[in-house]
Amino acid sequence: MKNSDVKADIESLRKKAKTLRVEILKMLTEAGSGHTGGSLSAADIVTALFFHKMRHDPSNPKWPERDRFVLSKGHAAPVLYGTLALAGYFDKKLLGTLRKIGSPLQGHPCSWKLPGIEISTGSLGQGLSVANGMALGLKLDHLPSRVYCLLGDGEIQEGQVWEAAMTASHYKLDNLCAIIDNNGLQIDGHCCDVMYIEPIVKKWEAFGWHVLDINGHDMGAVVRALDEAESVKNMPTMIVARTIKGKGVSFFEGKAEYHGIAPTSEELENALKELV
Amino acid sequence: MGERAEKTQSKDTVKKMATRDAYGEALVELGRAREDIVVLDADLSGSTKTKKFGKEFPNRFFNLGVSEQDLIGTASGLSLTGKLPFASTFAVFETGRAWEQIRQTVCYSNLNVKLVATHSGITVGEDGASHQAVEDVALMRVLPNMTVIVPADGNETKQVIYAVAKHNGPVYVRLGRSKVPQVMPEDYSFKIGKAHTFHLGKDATIIAMGIMVASALEASETLKGNGLDVGVINMSTVKPLDADSVLRAAEKSSLIVTAEEHSIIGGLGSAVSEFLSEHHPARIVRIGIKDDFGCSGPSPELLRLYGLTSENIVKIIKESLNK
Repeated sequence: MKNSDVKADIESLRKKAKTLRVEILKMLTEAGSGHTGGSLSAADIVTALFFHKMRHDPSNPKWPERDRFVLSKGHAAPVLYGTLALAGYFDKKLLGTLRKIGSPLQGHPCSWKLPGIEISTGSLGQGLSVANGMALGLKLDHLPSRVYCLLGDGEIQEGQVWEAAMTASHYKLDNLCAIIDNNGLQIDGHCCDVMYIEPIVKKWEAFGWHVLDINGHDMGAVVRALDEAESVKNMPTMIVARTIKGKGVSFFEGKAEYHGIAPTSEELENALKELV
Repeated sequence: MGERAEKTQSKDTVKKMATRDAYGEALVELGRAREDIVVLDADLSGSTKTKKFGKEFPNRFFNLGVSEQDLIGTASGLSLTGKLPFASTFAVFETGRAWEQIRQTVCYSNLNVKLVATHSGITVGEDGASHQAVEDVALMRVLPNMTVIVPADGNETKQVIYAVAKHNGPVYVRLGRSKVPQVMPEDYSFKIGKAHTFHLGKDATIIAMGIMVASALEASETLKGNGLDVGVINMSTVKPLDADSVLRAAEKSSLIVTAEEHSIIGGLGSAVSEFLSEHHPARIVRIGIKDDFGCSGPSPELLRLYGLTSENIVKIIKESLNK
């Protein structure tokens, strides 16, 4: 791609992320509950994955050669639902049914209720193991497909994450790229107060991963990191994406209390003024 | 055969084989027949007998180290790429340590993952309570989409492994450490959800699983000598329970006895009681571990200590029938 094309691509991804944030806020307000902060912090990363990096086909969600995405931080379901709707996996109108009786948009992702969800998640710490298994299976079949797994930073307090960290490097899963949405907050407060998780980069390096430390809201940096991960051989890549919880809406940004609550109608109105 | 089975069939030297050895052999045979079979273990492959598969098919064998939660997750991921994973470790770790992974990832998404655990029950022996799963059937039975199977002997185990490989969905297979006698008839054919009724007794019928089938058969023989007609059913599929077989036994027998090397809470005794209390209230006596942990000791002595012997079954049935 020429430099000017790259710039245009980044610009269109930025716009897409903005549209995604609007959809996230609308569906959460309509639902009346859900996880706002961690959906907004991951919006740029998930946009870059689905609209730049991943090879996937919304009209054929089970295409064997697709790249896979595992949302290990399953509570950020709105960011995935919004992305899948914008990509054309299902009708955008469904977003209004989030968390309601009979809806395929469960509070946390359910793989057999909605196309595009690779595996049901919601209980933290389990996604990376599943992503590893997928990466092993794809290698056995000599498929070029890659596996992406998005974790929360609070989530890495789960022991299973580190079991999986060892497995990925032991089996040299270079077709795996994990991303930590490092927004620094979890339900009970700042991650460093609840349970100290730093130094994140050194920890993953020590576990045998190729680690990239980036600004998770700089679309150019996100895209470059995902591209670099693809060129790494014999080891898995971890992108530590430094993000802001509630990113995009000034009055949600950096607030732990917006981890698990939805915007009110008034907040939505004010938020849309900032985004649109 | 791996560990040599004795050839003689006389009563004193009945053919014996550990169900885990049968599993190890079945896996290798399956691996030769099917490219999609993958096997995972958590640092116990010598004991669970998955090592044989690993030796013949190193590319399709994954040792996850001492990490049972990761074992289940990795098996799940492999199943999502169209592989047929068998994940093995000791029963207490597989169903206990990784219960939530089995619930959230395997069962909720109804993944085609086979959980085959060895070293169930108190016959683990000397290692003691920490390694003796007496709650695993309860833990697995409560999960939606899960099928739970407890084979009685080596031959049945092989058939079970072939059957679950053809079945789509999560399955838990409970195997043991010790050598057990072959009890199922030569022409026996295992089918998921179908119990084997040796015969129904007028006085009582013992519904047993796993190693207790052999003890139940022995007890039935002894009681015959006392003039009592006591039947035996091998309920190898605990879930889905073969309700028809249970019902037929309850209709014919004055007393239903359940026998399991497992807690009487949540296991086979519970499953039978739950069904009969709703559909055909009957007199039931549950033989098993009574809300307790196991302990260290040679397994035959442990079976005596916890009342899991044919002698104790005889005693309990006589007492219950006032004979």
